Amino acid sequence: MSIVSRGFRGRRDGGDASRLPPGQYLESGFPVLSAGPTPRVDTSTWTFSLTGLLDEPRSWPWDELMALGPEPVACDIHCVTQWSKLGTHWSGVPVDKVLAGVRTDARFVMVHAVGGYTTNLPLEDLTGGKAWLAHEFEGEPLHPEHGGPIRLLVPHLYLWKSAKWVSGFELLARDERGFWEAGGYHDRGGPWREQRYQGD
Amino acid sequence: MTRPTRPGPWQVAEVVGTRPESATSRTLELRPADWPGHRAGQHVDLRLTAEDGYEARRAYSIASAPEDPYLELTVERLDDGEVSPYLAGEVRVGDAIELRGPIGGHFTWSADEGGPLLLVAGGSGVVPLRAMLRHRSATGSAVPARLLLSARTLADVYYRDELPGLAELGVTLTRAAPAGWTGATGRVDTAMLEAFAPAPADAPRTFVCGPTAFVETVAGALVDLGHDPLRISTERFGPSGS
Repeated sequence: MSIVSRGFRGRRDGGDASRLPPGQYLESGFPVLSAGPTPRVDTSTWTFSLTGLLDEPRSWPWDELMALGPEPVACDIHCVTQWSKLGTHWSGVPVDKVLAGVRTDARFVMVHAVGGYTTNLPLEDLTGGKAWLAHEFEGEPLHPEHGGPIRLLVPHLYLWKSAKWVSGFELLARDERGFWEAGGYHDRGGPWREQRYQGD
Repeated sequence: MTRPTRPGPWQVAEVVGTRPESATSRTLELRPADWPGHRAGQHVDLRLTAEDGYEARRAYSIASAPEDPYLELTVERLDDGEVSPYLAGEVRVGDAIELRGPIGGHFTWSADEGGPLLLVAGGSGVVPLRAMLRHRSATGSAVPARLLLSARTLADVYYRDELPGLAELGVTLTRAAPAGWTGATGRVDTAMLEAFAPAPADAPRTFVCGPTAFVETVAGALVDLGHDPLRISTERFGPSGS
């Protein structure tokens, strides 16, 4: 039960509050939060790899990944630092296409990115039309500071799970903690259940 | 050295002191009910609740060192802000503020991690870096520390009297400089960083904090100068402007 802050009135946004998960506010800009400098990723040398607990490892250079066929995505995005951006538009290759035909007993995934960033999440949060490898934002190539040329996009989870400069999925039998998770952030990160930190 | 693995629950903090930092900002001294301690560079989430139950939450970097008696936050008043005018203006000694923390694992430094330290701040980005420098001072650490600070005018610089005693300090003013100013002017650029920073061969532990565009420019320039990106941690405030 929270206390009342003496003299605080707040500003109720005109926006659609029912689309905001608990504890979030509406942001019209697009904040950048990254742990370190923005890596420079060259699409002519970048590859996306599937490794870990699967029948055989696979990898795609850029053109082959794009040949799987990107599709448009319209979604709201929610950052654990409390901002939400509604009605964003992306283009990306569905993760379902990347995982098509893969045989695995894995229940978890460690997402890897250029520069060493990692984040873990349940495999079921990446499948069933819920995730993309996104390379365009609002009709333009994704800017480097926002993860360009390509990032994971999993809009139903907090945005730290949508790893920028994504480079691969490692399929795991048991959950392991990635970069932020090892620092106290939640293993799943669902905004509607406000799963921000371990133990939430 | 233990790292906290999760921030604690929401708790009430009493405001025990306030002091102005600049024309548009002030520092709040807080006494939380049950503070577990923190690492320099971490932040807290604040929760403000209006009488009708409406809630607003924001993150603020902790300005105080783990060794300091009170938890300090420095708040800049943004004219169109929802929360900052309240924290920087209305709040007074005796008020209660709900907070949760400490939060953050990557943008932290403790003296046993060594250095040399290179700290680069844009505006209010100096807040978590001040915590690091106060911690360094409190522990008597011999780690060399340099702080390069960019601000619009001298009146906008936080902790003005304190910073020269905490680190080798460089200040650049981007909008206006007082008569007789012998410091730098203009935005931080590659040339300024090359002149100010330790050599890449010294492998400094670098922390860059401030508005997004500032951090992008500085971090990119440091990498271009040959600094190891893995030894550069960044914290960006505010929208990207796009």
